[in-house]
Amino acid sequence: MAVSVEELADAMYELVTEYAGKKKLKASDIVKEMISKYGDEVDKEQGKEAIRCLMDSERCVYTYFGGTYIELPHKEGAEPE
Amino acid sequence: MSDSKSPILDELEKGPWPSFVTEIKKAAEKSPMAQGLLEQLELSYKEKRTHWKHGGIVGVKGYGGGIIGRYSDASDKFPEVAHFHTVRVNQPSGWFYTADALRELMAIWEKHGSCLTNFHGSTGDTVFLGTKTSELEDIFTELSEKGWDLGGSGSDVRTPSCCVGPARCEFACYDTLSLTYDLTMSYQDELHRPFFPYKWKFKMAGCPNDCVASIARSDFSIIGTWKDAIQMDGEAVKEYVADANFNIQKFVVNKCPSKCISWDGKELEIDNKNCVRCMHCINVMPKALRPGKEKGATLLIGAKAPIVEGAQLASVLVPFMEMKPPYQELKDLLAAIWEFWDENGVARERIGECIQRVGLGNFVEQIGLKPIPQMVMQPRDNPYIFYEEYLEEE
Repeated sequence: MAVSVEELADAMYELVTEYAGKKKLKASDIVKEMISKYGDEVDKEQGKEAIRCLMDSERCVYTYFGGTYIELPHKEGAEPE
Repeated sequence: MSDSKSPILDELEKGPWPSFVTEIKKAAEKSPMAQGLLEQLELSYKEKRTHWKHGGIVGVKGYGGGIIGRYSDASDKFPEVAHFHTVRVNQPSGWFYTADALRELMAIWEKHGSCLTNFHGSTGDTVFLGTKTSELEDIFTELSEKGWDLGGSGSDVRTPSCCVGPARCEFACYDTLSLTYDLTMSYQDELHRPFFPYKWKFKMAGCPNDCVASIARSDFSIIGTWKDAIQMDGEAVKEYVADANFNIQKFVVNKCPSKCISWDGKELEIDNKNCVRCMHCINVMPKALRPGKEKGATLLIGAKAPIVEGAQLASVLVPFMEMKPPYQELKDLLAAIWEFWDENGVARERIGECIQRVGLGNFVEQIGLKPIPQMVMQPRDNPYIFYEEYLEEE
């Protein structure tokens, strides 16, 4: 049975949570991980849709540290107190 | 002794040229942020070090690009610039604005930012310099309501940009403005939702003069060219020659890099098969010579400035492609290249670096192009291409 975009976004959120503070994940890393988890049930376009869902729900944010990553929202380290 | 708060910066106002210090001072008359910037900059000049910190999170909801976070590490001294984020606004193709459009942008920026701008950033965007995190969503909403959008930043398609093209230039071999608009609209997701290993820059140049320096400054450079012969108006050639100050041998023939142009005292001849489209003769005699009639573009790939690795110029990928809407052939090629980059690229690796690492031969094979001589920079000196027939013989 195909995985819905919402389910995929949930799985992505779990993955980002698991890696929080350990490794920064790029959008393509997350999608590749989902493809290896769900196999043919997921393709890259669905992965992109799920990332959109994840961002629009504000459970994750884009961050830029050299390249762009997807992380849990957190306080900006550089922001003055 | 001067009671100026910025004696070092004041030095940069001397001389006959425009001064960014003067412009910041003008903005400071109505913007406390601009005044704070001036004072922090004076301190940086005095201490010979920056007081900016790069922010990594700020943005607007749903977008992964368009805002560049900047904070002061001296916010106790300069609270006005504690936040000083940059907003990149997607510029119109060819940088054509109406006065009303500019007023519209400035009204938004005066309300929410420092009043300081950069027309334009090196990628091409209209750049708003200096605002607070709390203002970002309002800026974005107001820009959107007026039909503007943010540009790219981070690991995404950066705001595509082009030369003025056929709007003002008779040498344009394709409609750069139309292609830029089309790519911008076609790749909205790629522009606003970073998915690549690193940045991707498009630049569209209408002719080989490459006024936007796409060959040096874009990952994917689309330079107008022609397939057939240079168009020549014999009468106009004679008019040039009749001018006593014009030496056709010295100014044109001797400067042809491939020596494909000759003048026998009566007629100008061009060996078009050996023309490398340098544009020199056309630039010197624009009334007599013009690009050919069979027009399109050469696609080049891999240029970049030195960040992670050294600078690279772009290499030819496709010598000639017709550039007409809906640009499907171009878009199919882009899809293949992005798929390759997604599979093979590592974090912060530009496409040019990725191609260097895996080899041009592997790259062209994977995107479905055949190796051709135009991809080879120097004959018999390129290790990238291996012909299978040759290997079989061994």
